Amino acid sequence: MASKDIALMAHLMRRAGFGASRDELEARAAQGYEATVEELLTPEAEPVDRYEFLRYQPGFWKPVTSPGMGMAAWFHTMLNTQRPLEEKMVLFWHQLFATGQSKIDHWHELITQVDMFREHAMGNYRDLLVALAKDPAMIYWLDNCDNHAHAVNENWGRELLELFSMGVGNFSETDVREASRAFTGWTIGYTPPRGYYNRWDWQFEYLEEDHDDGEKTFLSHTGNFNGEDIIDIIVQQPACHRFIARHLYNFFVADEPQVPAWQTTPPRNPEAIDTIATAFRESKYDMRSTLRVIFNSDFFKNARFARIKSPAEVVISLLRLAGGFEFPAPGIGQLAKQPTYMGQELLNPPSVEGWHTGAEWINSGTLMKRVNFAASVLGDFSRPGMRAIVDRIKGQGALSPEGFVDSCLDIIGPLDVQPEVRQRLVEHASEGGTLRWGTAHEAETSQKRVGEMLQMIASLRECQYC
Amino acid sequence: MATTDKAPVLVVLQLSGGNDYMNTVIPYNDPLYRDYRPRVGLPEEQILPVDGEVGLHPSMAPLHAMYTQGKMAIIHGVGYPNSVRSHFRSMDIWHTCEPDKTGTEGWLGLATRQLDPRKDNIVTAVSFGPCMFRALSVSGVPVACVDDLESYGLLTGISPEPQRAKILERFAQNYSPLIGTDEVMKYLGATGLEAMAGADILKVAPQRYASTVKYPETSIAKKLKGIAQINFADLGSRVFYCDHLGFDTHANQLPVHATLWNDVSQAIDAFFADLREHNAADNVLMFLFTEFGRRVRDNGSGTDHGAGGAAFVLGDMVQGGQYGEYPSRKPSDLTQGDLAPTLDFRGLYATILEDWLHVDAQPIVKGTFEKPRFL
Repeated sequence: MASKDIALMAHLMRRAGFGASRDELEARAAQGYEATVEELLTPEAEPVDRYEFLRYQPGFWKPVTSPGMGMAAWFHTMLNTQRPLEEKMVLFWHQLFATGQSKIDHWHELITQVDMFREHAMGNYRDLLVALAKDPAMIYWLDNCDNHAHAVNENWGRELLELFSMGVGNFSETDVREASRAFTGWTIGYTPPRGYYNRWDWQFEYLEEDHDDGEKTFLSHTGNFNGEDIIDIIVQQPACHRFIARHLYNFFVADEPQVPAWQTTPPRNPEAIDTIATAFRESKYDMRSTLRVIFNSDFFKNARFARIKSPAEVVISLLRLAGGFEFPAPGIGQLAKQPTYMGQELLNPPSVEGWHTGAEWINSGTLMKRVNFAASVLGDFSRPGMRAIVDRIKGQGALSPEGFVDSCLDIIGPLDVQPEVRQRLVEHASEGGTLRWGTAHEAETSQKRVGEMLQMIASLRECQYC
Repeated sequence: MATTDKAPVLVVLQLSGGNDYMNTVIPYNDPLYRDYRPRVGLPEEQILPVDGEVGLHPSMAPLHAMYTQGKMAIIHGVGYPNSVRSHFRSMDIWHTCEPDKTGTEGWLGLATRQLDPRKDNIVTAVSFGPCMFRALSVSGVPVACVDDLESYGLLTGISPEPQRAKILERFAQNYSPLIGTDEVMKYLGATGLEAMAGADILKVAPQRYASTVKYPETSIAKKLKGIAQINFADLGSRVFYCDHLGFDTHANQLPVHATLWNDVSQAIDAFFADLREHNAADNVLMFLFTEFGRRVRDNGSGTDHGAGGAAFVLGDMVQGGQYGEYPSRKPSDLTQGDLAPTLDFRGLYATILEDWLHVDAQPIVKGTFEKPRFL
């Protein structure tokens, strides 16, 4: 197997999923790159069984939705899914349509929203916006339940345009007002729970009598618009195509400036944004078609290690690599908080603007968490994935310090590092001499050295990228 | 204004979950208290009297003693306009001083930037907890985040220690500037070295520490002990932040709330005893707050989210006593069944910022608010 095929496949799986073991990379590389992209876009593997999680974590069972469990149910899905691109898109939509427990105070509704993102993960963006407008958590989050025919609340109307579809500078205050009017009467109803202490279930309700059916003028279109009409007008806007393209580029290809700067800072690769925006428009807003264009493009293939990993990517990819975390064992609630400690509390973004990405994930506290968490996972050879890594290196026989370092850099990436950095790793490896596996004592020492080398590599700056 | 030769130090203890004001500073002489709290009321004979009107929770004996010595200020009715009853949002408001929009800059992060504008000391602010409190978070302001001082540091899982030291040396080399790297790599490099230096600085604190004071075996006592250790090590830390969880007493409040205040009071007692033993009590101010008080009327077992709450300021330099006004309990004066705040928390912050830390409060609290004069 050509090593550049493995490197490219590893790149694809890091971006379109949460990484993959070397066995999986080899199997996928044997199938071919484009075939793998197709499989990721149209997965046939069974979805993760939510009941498996609930069976062992009944505290999460509706209608109790134990608050302490937080995002554990979704975390369990990310750890186990065999449909990785689909789940990556769920994360994409969650980061874009940032909705937070801080205000919702109702985990069940947030998990329901995440399930809705999964249903539409790679489907049609227009349909997703309609589902989002009817999503109870979103309606509550952006106060559309307080948006009445005779008392318009503009929160949802504004963020739909500013944060979810077009970006600032592409609409007027009148457009915000008119869009908001069109969504009057889109509210939530409640179903009483079975037990006294439980949260009430929410569902979308359209109240005709609370809807402003008057004429509206929105982005130069005039009519007695309802919410879906507004969304139909939005998705025709070139600003919308560019906005979604830039978000996809930032999430899948390379770090862009923070979203608030987009109005004034041009994209780092304008042609790539044009390519994505065109695919989005020509496919009538079909995410699957748009993603296919991205993953098969040269700008994607050439963007290895051009993004800082998000905390969710750091944690999930390490746990999937090490293996042994598939079962929802006690402690998964705590494990699911790891991304929080690194600055990304899933299901509770700091605001509707979502998280700042790229280098802004990193400060001295979060960097220490990333390094220490990686070290704790990679040093644990009771995990099947870690044993598989040792077996592979062992399979290469006795290794010189250079061979040992290159082998570790290869298995963890393949990762490119500066020559000076590689040289220092080799110096460190030289202190232990040749890596040998002949005797039981040698094997024990060598396994420890492999663990230590992987920990050193995982703590490199280069390893904060994906 | 309080003065001391040593640089003033602030310790914030956040009572997370919404501490029940009415069962902490209890208006026991008000007959309405009994009406509102048929199940979650405290018997009068157990209440620690402060004056003829209010008393402290029975678990707060050490704090009551500090009050009696004139070393504790009770701040009444603290909150902000249009109280929010969501824990997270309300906490955000307290952390950022932005009640009307989403703030991103923490009040003590901004204070830290004023205290150490050139980032001469990367442990000027120390956050005790698994993640940084938003109150300390400001882009470009270094904050040391410690969950446990004993095990704090980079790659602490690697043993034995000489081996770890060797690996940390490589870490430092690998994070050092390299010719030809881009801005992000440079930023990562500086941040990694900052994290390592912070850990190196703080690790001396437990080594230098000796004390006869026995702290209780509680999580809050452990945090305060860590803060004391860093403070005694003279590392130049000025702002410490920690929290104690569990004040969200919707159910089974009486025993739960008693345990919470017992743990907090005993820990604070040990902390101040330790400060006195080290002749360090005169430049430490401790500030206790919570994101909101709780509903006036009990729910049969606990209390639900409310509005106005109580805050406390402790220390040798504090002018003890009561500040502000206990909000009226009359049904017609309640807002949505809650005590209406009588003092904006930003005024309280302004007192701490200007009269203790000696920094400019204006750009932090963004306005002018009534300052309780407890310093």
